[in-house]
Amino acid sequence: MRAYEDWVVEAETKGLKISSIVLQNQIEELELSEEALFERMGKNLKVMRESVKIGLSGKRRSASGLVGGDAAKVEERRKSGTTLIGGPMSGAIAKALAVAEVNASMGRIVAAPTAGSCGVLPAVLFTLEEIFHSGEEELLSALFTAAGLGIIITERANVSGAEGGCQAEIGSAAAMSAAAAVELAGGSPRQTAHGAAIALKSMLGLVCDPVAGLVEVPCVKRNATGAMIALTAAEMALAGVKSAIPIDEVIDTMAEIGHQMSCSLKETAQGGLAVTPTGRKIRADFL
Amino acid sequence: MCLRFIGGDGTVSKSNVFDLLGPIMVGPSSSHTAGAVRLGTMARKILGEEPLEGIVTLHGSFAETGKGHGTDVALIAGLLGMAPDDERIPDAPEIAKERGLKVRFEKADLGDVHPNTVKFDLTGPKERVEIIGSSIGGGAILIRQINNFRVGINGDYPTLVILHQDLPGVVAQVTLLLATAQINIATMRVSREKKGAQALMVLETDQKIDEAVLDLTRRLPSIKQALAIEPLE
Repeated sequence: MRAYEDWVVEAETKGLKISSIVLQNQIEELELSEEALFERMGKNLKVMRESVKIGLSGKRRSASGLVGGDAAKVEERRKSGTTLIGGPMSGAIAKALAVAEVNASMGRIVAAPTAGSCGVLPAVLFTLEEIFHSGEEELLSALFTAAGLGIIITERANVSGAEGGCQAEIGSAAAMSAAAAVELAGGSPRQTAHGAAIALKSMLGLVCDPVAGLVEVPCVKRNATGAMIALTAAEMALAGVKSAIPIDEVIDTMAEIGHQMSCSLKETAQGGLAVTPTGRKIRADFL
Repeated sequence: MCLRFIGGDGTVSKSNVFDLLGPIMVGPSSSHTAGAVRLGTMARKILGEEPLEGIVTLHGSFAETGKGHGTDVALIAGLLGMAPDDERIPDAPEIAKERGLKVRFEKADLGDVHPNTVKFDLTGPKERVEIIGSSIGGGAILIRQINNFRVGINGDYPTLVILHQDLPGVVAQVTLLLATAQINIATMRVSREKKGAQALMVLETDQKIDEAVLDLTRRLPSIKQALAIEPLE
């Protein structure tokens, strides 16, 4: 079982970014060249970009009719200049909703790490791109950093709602996105660890309670709040704020909380929001 | 885990960056949509020809929440040969009509199997086959049964499926043939109806099984049918 801390130390010792350590590791693991890895990751980035665009158009609706059009509403408000929390944050909300809406309406997305949490990372990544005018290679490197942390999470815990609740899906996505954002904004390898830890700590205990068992309510909006937590955590880490509990211990805690979580709260739609009077009614109406 | 799993081989290990960022897929669910497409594709490959008619029986979570996840549509898309990232997946029922594929869905308890399990009864111009498979998480699948035979095919490797007479030396003939063709066997499983009756051999290999090797396999004594299945994308 590997630790993210080992990669941080290796990066610090060699004076490299986390993405470089992950790349070296994957060149050996997949027996592919750096160019081939970048090319394959490029396909992911392209689909992420397309899914944001399609979602923001506001034309998609899910089969149940519960989801669709909210990304466009937030984007419109942002463009009107009346946003409450500022352009970049408002934009991140719109992008996260956009990708999650595309997923719910049978559009094409990149699971990151899962389909249910596919909106968090694109939202964070493209928000930073707008701020820093990042190049393609920087964005791809950030994706390797995000995926690298994801590998550690799957080794020490899991990214499955059925096994760990929503904290394992949106929580992991937020931690991965925070690490990517810190690196993309010029933070140190150590700061990526703090950013990821702060993000995941903020998501601990979150249950997976999908209404009617669908990847719609509350999943789509949690993508937006997950992106907010990732950006908030990255902002703290970049300012030098440290997580008292190191990332690997937070990941282990997420796994342990997942074990302790009741089955009714792990994607079975037998607890939480799924069994509220309204949740039950939605299920009865749709199924 | 809260869901019951059979056989203990349902765990998906994620050790590379593209398992974490990917697959590129049509939503909303890796298990109920992407996995369902792959199950349909695998069933089509096992039939070995264009399916004309299919009775598709949904079990467990596939039966309960399949509608909202587009599981039915995804299974049809797979039977039509689409990949999980094909944007035509939502239109699969219409495309099936155009191409003359009739699919009927049923719900049933298939017994002590994974919650995301489906049974296909497929008919093509020449062949007929019954297949049971499960979507075991993250888009990964496992074909559990072909006709009356227990198998374990995940679509990661080129796979050779051979229906043969249960006689001494049949397995050795096949492995010798593969060895001569420089094809390495990764896994192998043999099951039989009863002693001396029909048996099924499933071999997963590291190299592609080409037409020539398949043809030679079919000519071996005591071999009734042989099918080469290419790995899923």
